[in-house]
Amino acid sequence: MNTYELIVVGGGPAGLAAAIEAHQHGARRILILERDRELGGILQQCIHNGFGLHIFKEELTGPEYAERFICQLEALGIEYRLDTMVLDVHEDRTLDVISSKHGFETLKAQAVVLAMGCRERTRGAINIPGTRPAGIFTAGAAQRFVNMEGYMVGKRVVILGSGDIGLIMARRMSLEGAAVLAVAEILPYSGGLTRNIVQCLDDYGIPLYLSHTITSITGRDRVEGVTIARVDERRKPIPGTEIHYDCDTLLLSVGLIPENELSKSIGLALDPVTSGPVVNESMETTVPGIFACGNVVQVHDLVDWVTEEARRAGKSAARFVLGQLKAAAPELVTKAGAGVRYVVPQQIRIENLEKEVDLMLRVTDPCKNKWLVARSGETIIKKAKKAHLTPGEMESLKIPVDKLRGLTGELTLCLEEVAQ
Amino acid sequence: MKRDLICIVCPMGCHLSLEEDPSHPKGFKVTGITCKRGEEYAIKEVTAPTRMLTSTVRIEGARLHRLPVRTSSDIPRERIGECMALINELHVQGPVKMGQVLIPNLFGTEANLIASRSL
Amino acid sequence: MLDVTIIGGGVVGCLIGRELSRYQLKTLLVEKKSDVADATTKANSAIVHAGFDAKPGSLKARFNVAGNAMYDQVCEELAVPFKRNGSLVLAFSDDELPALHELRDRGGVNGVPGLELLTGEETRRREPNLAETVIEALLAPTGGIVSPWDLTIAAAENAMDNGMDLMLDAEVTAIGRVPGGWRLIAGGRTIDTRLVINCAGLYSDQIHNMVSEPCFKIHYRRGEYFVLDRSAGGFVSHTIFQCPSEKGKGVLISPTVHGNLIVGPNAEEVATPENLETTMDGLDEVRKAARMSSARIPFGAVITSFSGLRPTPSTHDFIIGEAKGAPGFIDAAGIESPGLTAAPAIAVHVAGLVREQLGGLEPKPGFNPRRRPLVGFAHLSSSEKAAWIREDPRFGRIVCRCESITEGEIVDAIHRHAGATTLDGVKRRLRPGMGRCQGGFCGPRVVEILARELGVPMSEVRKDGPASVLLTGETKSELKAVRA
Repeated sequence: MNTYELIVVGGGPAGLAAAIEAHQHGARRILILERDRELGGILQQCIHNGFGLHIFKEELTGPEYAERFICQLEALGIEYRLDTMVLDVHEDRTLDVISSKHGFETLKAQAVVLAMGCRERTRGAINIPGTRPAGIFTAGAAQRFVNMEGYMVGKRVVILGSGDIGLIMARRMSLEGAAVLAVAEILPYSGGLTRNIVQCLDDYGIPLYLSHTITSITGRDRVEGVTIARVDERRKPIPGTEIHYDCDTLLLSVGLIPENELSKSIGLALDPVTSGPVVNESMETTVPGIFACGNVVQVHDLVDWVTEEARRAGKSAARFVLGQLKAAAPELVTKAGAGVRYVVPQQIRIENLEKEVDLMLRVTDPCKNKWLVARSGETIIKKAKKAHLTPGEMESLKIPVDKLRGLTGELTLCLEEVAQ
Repeated sequence: MKRDLICIVCPMGCHLSLEEDPSHPKGFKVTGITCKRGEEYAIKEVTAPTRMLTSTVRIEGARLHRLPVRTSSDIPRERIGECMALINELHVQGPVKMGQVLIPNLFGTEANLIASRSL
Repeated sequence: MLDVTIIGGGVVGCLIGRELSRYQLKTLLVEKKSDVADATTKANSAIVHAGFDAKPGSLKARFNVAGNAMYDQVCEELAVPFKRNGSLVLAFSDDELPALHELRDRGGVNGVPGLELLTGEETRRREPNLAETVIEALLAPTGGIVSPWDLTIAAAENAMDNGMDLMLDAEVTAIGRVPGGWRLIAGGRTIDTRLVINCAGLYSDQIHNMVSEPCFKIHYRRGEYFVLDRSAGGFVSHTIFQCPSEKGKGVLISPTVHGNLIVGPNAEEVATPENLETTMDGLDEVRKAARMSSARIPFGAVITSFSGLRPTPSTHDFIIGEAKGAPGFIDAAGIESPGLTAAPAIAVHVAGLVREQLGGLEPKPGFNPRRRPLVGFAHLSSSEKAAWIREDPRFGRIVCRCESITEGEIVDAIHRHAGATTLDGVKRRLRPGMGRCQGGFCGPRVVEILARELGVPMSEVRKDGPASVLLTGETKSELKAVRA
């Protein structure tokens, strides 16, 4: 049987939550397609804790969080395939799919949820000069080797990037007996949670150098050394500030990029700031019946928000299949104003909202004591006081539906000063 | 004794300052807090810091060669090294269920070492 | 005693090996590194030059034009991609025009077909992304692009299919005269051979000097490049050159046969043949110079950068022929640009020299010039894909998401003649690691497959050379307590 009501591309936290929620809302012939050997996505290699504080009110490890959803999925009898790669998704919601078990197939769905997650930014993309020896890994690839295959990737480590993955790996490598010599971060602030700075760096005596970057890598066959230097306001290295480390490993934690190869081939609109699909209040892309959720839409900081977003997508996909979703041109388009980097969803169709719209956003710079304001023209629709904001942490602003009725055009989110 | 630290209980990340002060009920004066949890965290962090520990252990008879594990609750921070030594010596036989106790009562505390997934 | 030993597994050595495998000869190729195509051959502009740039009367000019004409057939037989996309040399001011016209005249003397001068507007009509400042351009329709490592690996495989032997990790450390030929010590082994062919590239002077008085020196001129994502591959369709100066052919912008865009190189003399690092200044220099041809180059789409070393001979021309005082020792040395283009013609010429030396060559019955094509799964039709998976389920497992490469293809690339034994070897043969994620997703999986197919533990799989170990051991093997 090659036709489904819903096909979900990706069996990580986003795909799992979307599929389960779709089932709870009446969709029955659901199929999850997962490229890896098991469900759970990136969570399976995130053996540290901190997941589920909001969704489950507990602090779980990645695998524990995943297993909760996998058990629920299996209890509901939702179909899934592993070791299966989607090569292409077409606008008419057919998918070209391959696997060793089923060969090459074309599957058809009434609705599709894209949940492919994201990939890591690479050395090449940030142009670190130097040699190209073995021993340079993105933090996520190293995490996979260490946590799942059980191999150490090096003995003396320097880490570029203070995002959470880099911080977590600083601790992980230390606990497995490696010497982590330093973490360098090009921005003047860390992109990771303060809790991770304390528990991954301070606990292990690992120095964090803000406003520093790597100026060269040496070593012919294997990394032998790494040089870092301080950078000026234009992020250019300042000569004379170099610190050299003898090391055999460089881990790169320099950003995540939504994995949108498939989205591009469908021809749906992508947001150049998020690098993910433009979505509306129902997490539907600009192609009707194709939804998206999770890191493929925007890079999330907490998996709990991924789950919430995915539930929205799954519910909407089910409503779409059952003909309950109102297809219409969006009345509102969200816009990132002063101090805000992006807003998701980018479009709002007010009639599809039940109670409220949950706007997710990131700010451009760290700041304290600001109003987060949603305006339509000059009118303030909703505002919330925020004591503390930083680009590394996603923010949300919930706007009740009655505040939106009758509005058209742009809904701009911006930061404004708190009057003294 | 005076100590500066950043609170990690919530994303606010308040910068706290701690001073020994016998006149206070808890024996410490904590400034910079925005809520009570911050005060509790600061005092605990200075007097008896604890941590959750997560790692992997060797496993045989399962699909993968490593099983993720964690302590079921915090353990004293200074015991992390010893705990890692125990973890590194452990060989587990699959199959294992998530939550299964692998080492009970670490260092006489209530914390167990448990499996973080089924495998 | 062997008949011929070739020193150096770059494009020249491997094409010579293939040429010689047409004949009944016992031929061995010894390569210092852990793979063929692992030095200059893998790090250059990948251009098949039309031949207007080489000095008339030189070996460079002769072999460039002859080699260029051979590319269609060689690439078709070896089943590697090749495209005659044409070259454009740009002039931005009146004082560059004499140099541009001289290239056209030189091309005429060298026998380059189809050369034509275009106006600035005509140039921009064909290439809308080029700068407004272009006033004139030389069009050379026979210019082309190829993948130098695909070509070299295919040549080595085909040569081995036809009987050539290959020895890797075999640096030649000594060569001495013995009755009837030469004795080489390579990789700790002793090789007795009637003839030696020196294709050692960056080390070709050092190898030459083992048997003959020094008559040329190799200078190491490093060039740095950017590689841009395939989304930028259509930025230009021709290979865009700038007018040459004393420093070199200038910075070029070109599509690659794989659909990427390549920008570079600069030219800087460095002290040793190991100075392969890219530099901030060098890359900046490339970026600035390239912007002259077009201000719109999408540098945001850069996925990696690399550098290559040109083995520049002090004589400024190829050194091809028997070394003085060393009968049976043939140099094919100092093969810098247009070496890649010249290589097929050099191979035929050197085979002629071998024939002279040995007093004749017997053709090998059953010689097959055709190499079994790669599966190229990503480009197959749906029904072809389905058929491959039915035949071997390993073609149903995609290992490289960026380039859609299957486990089946990786296994094939490991087990062919001149097969991959390292992570970079797999990358060169099939491209996992060359895409957007630069090996981040596929890396652990390729390591796993290499370990399984080569029968070694994962911790022994190397990135490239013997010392380029990826994984330093298993976790839990440091059984000491950890400080926290």
